[in-house]
Amino acid sequence: MTTFHAPPLAASVMTEYYRQYLAVAVFVGAALVMVGAMLGVGALLRPKRPQPEKYITYESGSDPFGTFGQQNVRYYVYALLFVIFDVETVFVFPWAVNADHSGLGWFGFGEIAVFVLILVAGLGYLWRKGLLSWA
Amino acid sequence: MSHALAFDIWGGWATTLAIKTVIVMALIPLAALILGYTFLLKMMSHMQSRLGPMDPGGFHGWFQLVGDGIKFIQKEDIVPAGADARVFKMAPAVVVLSTFLMFVVLPAGPRIKVVNLDVGIFYALAVSSLSVIGVLMAGWASSNKYALLGALRAAAQLIAYELPLVLAVVGVVVQAGTMSLQGIVVAQQTHGIFGWTGLGSPFILTQFVGFALFMVAAQAELTQPPFDMPVAESELVAGYMVEYTGFRFLFFFIGEFGTAFVYAGLAATLFLGGWSIPHVTGGAADVLGPIVLFVKIMIVAFLMFWARFTYPRLREDQLQALAWKWLIPIALINILVTGALKVAF
Repeated sequence: MTTFHAPPLAASVMTEYYRQYLAVAVFVGAALVMVGAMLGVGALLRPKRPQPEKYITYESGSDPFGTFGQQNVRYYVYALLFVIFDVETVFVFPWAVNADHSGLGWFGFGEIAVFVLILVAGLGYLWRKGLLSWA
Repeated sequence: MSHALAFDIWGGWATTLAIKTVIVMALIPLAALILGYTFLLKMMSHMQSRLGPMDPGGFHGWFQLVGDGIKFIQKEDIVPAGADARVFKMAPAVVVLSTFLMFVVLPAGPRIKVVNLDVGIFYALAVSSLSVIGVLMAGWASSNKYALLGALRAAAQLIAYELPLVLAVVGVVVQAGTMSLQGIVVAQQTHGIFGWTGLGSPFILTQFVGFALFMVAAQAELTQPPFDMPVAESELVAGYMVEYTGFRFLFFFIGEFGTAFVYAGLAATLFLGGWSIPHVTGGAADVLGPIVLFVKIMIVAFLMFWARFTYPRLREDQLQALAWKWLIPIALINILVTGALKVAF
């Protein structure tokens, strides 16, 4: 990589861009077709003898009791942390692609180091507060 | 410009894409079967002295997989009375979909690829997380306590492994200067080790920390032991899969092993040089590339399954602690060190 510049938005570039993501869309269709085809073939071959007992919820052989209790979602603090750090990773990638000295160079490295260290400081604070232990 | 960009997409390109799509549709179940047979049935039987899968058909139990297939075909398609039928039926398709979308960006040669997205590795890791939505749908819609617990564990697990997985890759992206998987392969092919180009420069040499983080996180993503808490057959029976029968259960199997294949492929591509052979380019690379990639995938998969058959299961909170107190800080240090070295040299 020699210089850091945005690619020209020529028609051919845009065509290539659309083609790539059209291929992704085609694969979404392909996955659904394969699932549908296998289930269709399966429907022709498999037996179907409905008995009420077959549709009881499985609880290791005993009759199911009650409904779902409330779940104590203990890891919600992790979930909040996760969102913050997940967004961080999105910002790291654009720097990563242009990290070398002909790209963003030491300026970019300084910026990303400050960015990462601020988040690490936050992580360290939470660690110190004991939020990374099972509450 | 508007003429050209929206409608110049047909012609030879569409035919090529159709052929590629059919090949990948055949390849994904095949990949799942190869990994399932070689590792789950045979390697596990040898390592854990399991006699069952070594018996059917005589020599080394070669008939076991065929027998399993016949069994799956014979099973009734059961939707439990309490289940949310529509979501329950859709969930396995979402899991398979995520596997399909990951295959799109994995290159096997200079021209043996479906597409070469600019954001390749970022895209691959993003769509791999889709499977967790399928798992949550399955666990919730089953209306089963085991299934719900399994699904919640799977969601908790995502929070733990996703960041180390993505951050581990940043080092490779910094070194290669691109997120495109094809670009990462070429970067490893064309550089050398202190001027010696006999092996190219596989990034495992400079990014060994990244490789180790990636493998640990991938193991958690694949819900393989020691991180198989969401399926934990000895406590949650099979977690979110407990109510599934027949082909719908098989889809989870294809999703699991197909994804294991792609992850082994991603690790091989990011860290071991992918399809590349130094100094081999053009048509020869197109012929040899898929073979080289397959061998590397099997080597990486061997490591994954070796760990799977060896270690006991951790607790969910132990995984969280491992991820947040060890993997993420190490990954961030790795990024900064790699970045500084990249700018300096």
